Amino acid sequence: MARITAGVGSSHVPLLGVAVDQGKTGDDYFGPIFEGYEWTREWEKREKPDVVILVYNDHASAFDANIIPTFAIGTGERFKPADEGWGPRPVPDVVGHPDLAWHVAQSLILDDFDMTIINELDVDHGLTVPLSMMFGQPTEWPCRVIPLAVNVVTYPVPSGNRCWLLGEAIARAVASFPEGLKVQIWGTGGMSHQLQGPRAGLLNREWDNRFMDLLVGDSQEARRIPHIEYLRETGSEGIEMVMWLIMRGALGRATRCLHRHYHIPCSNTAIGHMVLEPAQ
Amino acid sequence: MSAGPDIHDYLAELEDIPGTRVFTAARARRGYQLNQFAMSLMKPENRVLWKADERAYLDGWPLSEEQKQAVLARDYNRMLDLGGNIYFLSKIFSTDGIPFAEACSSMTDMSFPEYRQMMLEGGRSPEGNRSIRANRAAAEGKA
Repeated sequence: MARITAGVGSSHVPLLGVAVDQGKTGDDYFGPIFEGYEWTREWEKREKPDVVILVYNDHASAFDANIIPTFAIGTGERFKPADEGWGPRPVPDVVGHPDLAWHVAQSLILDDFDMTIINELDVDHGLTVPLSMMFGQPTEWPCRVIPLAVNVVTYPVPSGNRCWLLGEAIARAVASFPEGLKVQIWGTGGMSHQLQGPRAGLLNREWDNRFMDLLVGDSQEARRIPHIEYLRETGSEGIEMVMWLIMRGALGRATRCLHRHYHIPCSNTAIGHMVLEPAQ
Repeated sequence: MSAGPDIHDYLAELEDIPGTRVFTAARARRGYQLNQFAMSLMKPENRVLWKADERAYLDGWPLSEEQKQAVLARDYNRMLDLGGNIYFLSKIFSTDGIPFAEACSSMTDMSFPEYRQMMLEGGRSPEGNRSIRANRAAAEGKA
């Protein structure tokens, strides 16, 4: 049977992709950010997951304003890096796992999560930046990836509790897949940032760190945080952190923290990163 | 199963954040064509047409004159007021070759160097930036 072996939380700031692609990861500005991922890059080499279910949001790349799926799962064979207006990132195509993706999609629908299913999907920095942070610059990504896109742009976005419940349902779906796969789930986005209006540039180190605290152990508190609290405390784009709750929900009753990193700033954004495993 | 929050209360609270336009359904409706116009700039052939004659390109979209003027003036706060969403509007400043942080600074009362310095020093504090109502109450309390 397949099983979820670990969860990873990470920001997915586009500038990090630029730093990787332009070889700037060791400079004064980016060095302290990338150093916080070194532990994870070594750990991933040992862990060798077969599949990553990568929870992210599309930034007006694959989806325009026309169709707005709350939760969408990529069931295709391959996903190309999106052209976000300055040409696609020079990173490998993302290879999917259609068997597991369709199994998860069907299981989730029977489990009352009415997923949108996507066969052709170009994946933007929300998905490819975390891959670069965790795997560096290989010629091929070392594992299969199932994209899971969440609407965190048009309100109402899904509640934290709904995200947590989706994570729990994903864990059940993975556990009923007959092949013995090691599956990781990554929740990406955040942490505090606001990219719009006169309040742009808001960051909240204290709140972000408390949020990461809540994902360790058996606390259920994070799933109850209302949207308005993310907006007030972490900026209008901090709401992306609800996607970390899908990852947390999939890890079961309690978690252990293997690694944690926080850095301010990267462009407009606070960088947060953690590696969790189920502690049953 | 419990019902969710009351939609009217929920939406009212989203309007209580200083200096912020939360992308609600009302804004998404108002800005639909504006956002789709911005999205069209992801195609290289459209960028060529846009750069050749911005006004003519805009006239090909069913936007209000207000929206067109806001785009031509690169007034991002005004575009937000008229239903723009920053992830869509980012296609406009990307086409202009302007970094995200610089575009963000243009919506604040700071120059780009000042904004960048604020970010290096830990960003804008949430202190005093959480709630319009709370700020008003505090101001009245002092008066």
